[in-house]
Order: sequence, then C-alpha cells, then structure tokens
Amino acid sequence: MAERMALTGNEAVAYAMMQINPDVVAAYPITPQTALMQKFADFVADGEVDTQFVLVESEHSAMSAVVGAAAAGARAMTATAANGLALMWEILYIAASTRLPIVMPVVNRALSAPINILCDHSDTMGARDSGWIQLFSENAQEAYDNTIQAVRIAEHRDVLTPVMVTLDGFIISHGLEVVEVLDKEAVQDFVGEYEPAYTLLDPEHPITFGPIDFSDYYMEHKRSQVDGIEAARRVIPEVGREFGKRFGRSYGMIEEHGTDGAEALLVALGSTAGSAKAVVDDMRERGLPVGLVKIRAFRPFPYEELREALGKAKAVAVMDRSISFGAQAGPLALEVRSALYGLSLPVRDYIYGLGGRNITLEEIEDILQEALEMAKTKEAEPLVKYVSVRE
Amino acid sequence: MSEELKGYRELPIGGLIVEPGNAVTYRTGTWRTFRPVWHEDKCIHCLFCWVYCPDAAVQVKDGKMTGFDYEHCKGCGICAHECPRDAITMEKE
Ligand code: SF4
Ligand code: SF4
Repeated sequence: MAERMALTGNEAVAYAMMQINPDVVAAYPITPQTALMQKFADFVADGEVDTQFVLVESEHSAMSAVVGAAAAGARAMTATAANGLALMWEILYIAASTRLPIVMPVVNRALSAPINILCDHSDTMGARDSGWIQLFSENAQEAYDNTIQAVRIAEHRDVLTPVMVTLDGFIISHGLEVVEVLDKEAVQDFVGEYEPAYTLLDPEHPITFGPIDFSDYYMEHKRSQVDGIEAARRVIPEVGREFGKRFGRSYGMIEEHGTDGAEALLVALGSTAGSAKAVVDDMRERGLPVGLVKIRAFRPFPYEELREALGKAKAVAVMDRSISFGAQAGPLALEVRSALYGLSLPVRDYIYGLGGRNITLEEIEDILQEALEMAKTKEAEPLVKYVSVRE
Repeated sequence: MSEELKGYRELPIGGLIVEPGNAVTYRTGTWRTFRPVWHEDKCIHCLFCWVYCPDAAVQVKDGKMTGFDYEHCKGCGICAHECPRDAITMEKE
C-alpha cells in the first residue's frame, strides 16, 4: 500500500528512481541536485536497486554515459541542475535527436554570473529547444509522480523522446513535505519492463547510432523528430489519466484552478503555481473573479489547451522565472501570447524570483489585481514588469 | 541521385541505420571532381591502388586490377598518388 512519508523533493525523486530501478544511472553532483543523487547512491549501496551506477567526471560525461547506455538498450537516467545542465548542452541535443528515452530530473537553479545556487528557471528554459519533453512540478508529490510517468511518456513507441522533470531548487528540492510514496511493485507494474525499440547489443540486428547526415537528409531527420515530441501531446495526458486511475492523482498538460467565470487569469509554472492557488482561493472568497492556469508540460507546449482555458478570460498575467534576453518577454509569456494569437486579450509578463528571490502571496495578489485592472482597461502596457526589482 | 531520396516518414527514427552494409547504396561517386583513369599498358597489377583506396572502388578480378567503380570512387586521388608506375592519372570530370 502507498505510504505517506516526510520527504524533501530531492528524496521524493530519489525514491521514484529507486522504485523505477533503472538499468543505468550516471551522475555528477551539483547543488541543488546533490542530495537527490546522494539519496539514490544510498539505495545503490543498500542493494535496493540493480542499477549500474556510474560516477563520472562532469555532466557532459554523465549525459554521454546515459546516451551510450540508452543506445545499448538500457533504461537510463541522470539528474542535474543549472550549470550542470549547461555543460550537458551538446549531448542533450544528441539524446533527443537520436530518440533515446532518457529521463532526467532537473532541479531548477539560476545560471551564473553572478554565481547563484538558488531557484529560477533559466537552466531548463535555455534547454527548451533541445528537443526534450519538459514537465514542471508544483511540489514534491508532483516531482515524484512526474518522474514515474516520465518513463512511460519517454518510452512510448510514438514518442521515444527524452524527458526532463523539473523541480524548483531548494523550494521543492530541500523543502520537507508529506509525500505519498507508492509501492515499489505498483511503480514497477506501472512503468513496465523496458523493451528498447533499437539496441546496439543485438548482434542479430546490427545497427548504427549517430551517423553523419548531409544536407540531403538532415531536414528529413529533424522533421521526423518533430513527430515524436508532437505525439507526446496525446501521450502525456493518456499516461496522466492512467496514473490517476491507478493511484488517484490525474495529470494533463495544464491544470486549471478557479478558472470558471474568471476575468483575470494567471499563468505560472512550478512551485509558484502552488502559492498562486492559495492567493486565488483567498481572492475568490472575496468575490474577485480570478483564476490560475498552471502549465505542467512546457515542451510540447500546450497551445490548444491554453487557448481554450485563457480564451474565456479578459486579461492574462504570466509569471516568468527567467529572462529571454533581447526578446519581447520571458519564455513563458512569449509562448502564451503565441497560443493566444488572433485573440484580443491583454497579456502582461511578470518576471520574478530570479536567483531565488522570494515571491510573496501579497506580490501574487498585486499581480492579479493588476490583471483585473487590465481586464477593464484592455491595456497590457507595459508588456513586461520586473517584480520587486529595486531601481 | 535525387530520385532515390526518401521522405521523412520512410526513414528509421533518430538517424539510425538499421540495415547493415548499406553503404553501397550511397553513391559517393557524385562527389567527384577528378576521376582516376587507368592505363592498363603501364599497370603491373601490384594492387597498391586496391589496398589504399578508402572506398573499395578499385575493382580486382583474379588478382588483377580491372578498373574503377565510378559509382563509389570519390576521386580522392590516393590511388594515383600511390601507383608506382604512374598507371593512374587524375582527369577533370
Ligand atoms: S597501383 Fe598502379 S600498377 Fe599497381 S595495380 Fe594499381 S594501377 Fe596497377
Ligand atoms: S580516386 Fe580515391 S576513391 Fe577513387 S579509386 Fe582512387 S583511391 Fe579510390
């Protein structure tokens, strides 16, 4: 039977990994992911997993090792954060375009400089075009649930695309929460026996991974890669529904909270969505027509779901925990506006929480109050605001 | 070779090569700007050209040089360089 345990987000994800029992895990420590791998290393040392645990000398090597393992037909995982993800860059693209179903928790943290080890989403936002599926988690429970579901999503024959499961550094990774941990057998049954679509270790069917492509085929291979991540639009909710049926917590591409009849809607990712739910509930009690749309899947981006959910409102405020330098807004707001193309809905971006800057319930309420104002005036200028920045 | 190019739906995923030994279907001969020309009268059939050719494009029968496979010879000129009898010359396509 499922058991309720007090776990940090890092520990919850390490539990999920232990219960998945991957064939190969290669890892290099980086704050705030270190405690995750440390916990997983405990499971390895205690004989709780059969995993080949490979300690490497850098994240570039960690991703390279899991790419090699996945090509050999192993269920392979790693985890990282921030600068570690940045060091994996080259291999991230190789993993995705070689269609290797690797699962990687990423503990979101700011990128240097200045050096900062605290939470923001710059790391995974930078990787948004690497071809990986990206699932964001609101809390430790979701980080645990997402890690388990990610295996099924990545390995689905129509998808065969690696998945990043994100959890906010420190806020989720180091915060202690009550997490419902499933039975190992139930998790094993849910993820199933891994049967790789292709493997290097099949001498009867020798194949080549990673050959060279010239201009005559490169575009065709990229186009075919699109089909994989696009199939995830169908598979992510399918797996989320099945997870819900078995374990009581269903998941989709987005989650709506108080959107019925809302005039002003907030769009947020990660732990901030949890805070925003409390603010929305409080404002709703005071009769204010506000709601929240939480994005769970950032890649593939839920354009249709968002258009439907936001299209009913009169104004949208987006909360971006990273900057897309030189762009008209943060990465999330750019996508939201793109999803709403053709609808005349004012959308303003609020860039907040960089490098671990706290976001308070009052600040989220201020944003929603401004969104209510936007709903009246229909005026989104300024298109971008920076929350709590001193001038 | 454009008539043989496959559409993206026909390709194995991930750029994988799933049929072994299919290099023969890739006609590297289209890359050539110079072609090796064999002068049989000078040839002593030492087969240096055959040993050195990086594309197995030197054709040999019964231990004797017989010419080139121009479908795959990419015109690198190594054979002409290595031939001890100047029995191969490189000529512009
Ligand atoms: S290297 Fe020259 S001489 Fe020797 S087999 Fe080739 S063509 Fe003939
Ligand atoms: S030119 Fe190069 S590829 Fe062509 S036959 Fe000579 S060695 Fe082989």
